[in-house]
Amino acid sequence: MTLPPSEGSNPSNTQPGTSPGLRTPTGESVGQPDRGMFGVVGSGDTSGFGGLVRPPYAPPPTDRPYGGYFDEVVDSLTEALSEQEVAYADAIYATVVDRDELTLYVHREQLKTVARTLRDDAGLRFEMCASVSGVDYLDSRPEDPYRLHVVYQLRSYSFRRIIRLEVAVSVEDPHLPTVTDIYPTADWQERETYDFFGTIFDGHPALTRILMPDDWEGYPQRKDYPLGGIAVEYKGAEIPPPDERRAYK
Amino acid sequence: MTDPYAGVRDTTQGRVFTVTGGDWDALLQSLDPLAEERLVVNMGPQHPSTHGVLRLVLEIEGETITEARSVIGYLHTGIEKSAEYRNWVQGPTFVTRMDYLAPIFNETGYCLAVEKLLGIEAPERANTIRVLMMELNRISSHLVWLATTGMELGALSMMIYGFREREKILDIFEMVTGLRMNMAYVRPGGVAQDLAPGTEDKIREFLAEMPGRINSYEDLLSENPIWKARTQGIGFLDITGCMALGITGPVLRSAGMPWDLRKTQPYCGYETYEFNVPTEETGDVYGRYQVRLAEMRESLKIINQALERLAPGPVMVEDRKIGWPAQLALGADGLGNSLEHIKNIMGQSMESLIHHFKLVTEGFRVPAGQVYTAVESPRGELGVHLVSDGGTRPYRLHVREPSFVNLQGFPAMVEGGPIADAIAAGASLDPVMGGVDR
Repeated sequence: MTLPPSEGSNPSNTQPGTSPGLRTPTGESVGQPDRGMFGVVGSGDTSGFGGLVRPPYAPPPTDRPYGGYFDEVVDSLTEALSEQEVAYADAIYATVVDRDELTLYVHREQLKTVARTLRDDAGLRFEMCASVSGVDYLDSRPEDPYRLHVVYQLRSYSFRRIIRLEVAVSVEDPHLPTVTDIYPTADWQERETYDFFGTIFDGHPALTRILMPDDWEGYPQRKDYPLGGIAVEYKGAEIPPPDERRAYK
Repeated sequence: MTDPYAGVRDTTQGRVFTVTGGDWDALLQSLDPLAEERLVVNMGPQHPSTHGVLRLVLEIEGETITEARSVIGYLHTGIEKSAEYRNWVQGPTFVTRMDYLAPIFNETGYCLAVEKLLGIEAPERANTIRVLMMELNRISSHLVWLATTGMELGALSMMIYGFREREKILDIFEMVTGLRMNMAYVRPGGVAQDLAPGTEDKIREFLAEMPGRINSYEDLLSENPIWKARTQGIGFLDITGCMALGITGPVLRSAGMPWDLRKTQPYCGYETYEFNVPTEETGDVYGRYQVRLAEMRESLKIINQALERLAPGPVMVEDRKIGWPAQLALGADGLGNSLEHIKNIMGQSMESLIHHFKLVTEGFRVPAGQVYTAVESPRGELGVHLVSDGGTRPYRLHVREPSFVNLQGFPAMVEGGPIADAIAAGASLDPVMGGVDR
């Protein structure tokens, strides 16, 4: 696998055992806590909830047993990876079960190995990549450098199962390998993710914008990209565009 | 090149031969007409046969397509981004506009995701109504497919029949939701309101009429030599191709794979209904036509069962922190909050008024986390990846649109075939550009 030239800029991402985009190695969740109520900014908080502090959400890694078919999937994957001399913990830095869904947080260096194993192993057989999309965790965990997450939903026709892979990259080094040679269906979906989040899928046959115009600047689904819109005047009152209206958060 | 029989000169229009002798073979061999006659043709984005603003870039040699590429994005409206700035209940109003021929599926997929994040389940009656509406919507969507595909392949009467029957379904939708399309009827926790009086009779009327109508479509098309010539063996894609390209829905089933999320990963209580998953072995446009016809018949069976089990009950979760307190009722000036409710919040209970106000303006909070739910839309797997950061608005909404993913199969179906077959093959994918571009 060819890794991006800027590989060295994020050394922690290449060290097995760290947890980009999830938790610091010490187990503390990154990001700044949420304070107060109603999202009051710039004026005094009269809600009476000014002292309220909520920790930022980061999914906690789950311990065994995971329940359902998840244990079997993780066991099969561990075994299949060890046959290729890859330790499970070196490829996957967190295993999260939340709301009956299994999420594997994968180091980007091992994404292709993991995806290929999940597709080909007789006990796994995730033949179909149902969905590829991105999430920008800037607002929710602003201090986390690995804010861009690429999320893959893999579906097994043979076993009627579905799991999720998640890869976290930073804005400064938004490279991760493509899975189009494993799942050809990821072609347009990776282009869409690139179009909206600016994550660069190395090895993609034609990584160009797909829904936005070719000459568009910026990545619209990032959280620091404004929604845009114009104020509307109605009977003398001005209604601001949606992202500038007063809102509860 | 020199030729003893033909003088050669170069002009701005290309090389010109003045043939004097009779040695045509040598002359023709020295030319490769295919290499020089390559033409790139833009079909769309305003072509009436491309199901909306889809642009097909076709490289053709004579009548044969050597390379096909689809260019999309002309209808991109940023629904996923906009949804991040509205509360959870406003979500259905956005997603319903994605695949505008199957709005109920978009709404249900989204609401199932919100409900999964909340850890709640819609009440029995709401689920039955959802199934009822989804299957009606599946028939109406397949009817539009049949109508437009018929029109594109020259069967103009099919277009008129298809839209005629679809109108009856839209009348039912209007009766139930107040709107023909984009109705935002399915809400997190249930549905917006109960079925209007008389709806069941109207659906039964439709159920009685529809089987005969489907038979007449079959009489019109199935053995029609022109229809068969235009569809059989056209746009072939086998199971391997479908799975590699992520193609789901009738296209996958026409290749012989009985994959239907209603059976393989049931939701809304589909496991309790009796119906078949129609498949064909042919993997061509004709097979997809047959699968869709059969699916309409299966949908009628499901609607019938849903009507049978419609028992009185709530259509929204009991939790007052999720379901809006407003009971809608028909007043003199149309559908609105019921007078009983207005009387209560304005005259008797200030707390109710505050609660109502907070729930509508602020909305409810959804615990942080992410889920992926999928429903079987008329076009395949409609997946909703929904992320919450614990706030009153979706943190990220991504819809895995079957139209978008299926459209990737277009080049595999048409390259190497004549240009006329591109219309049939593209139509058989049933792409809806509102869904492709979102």
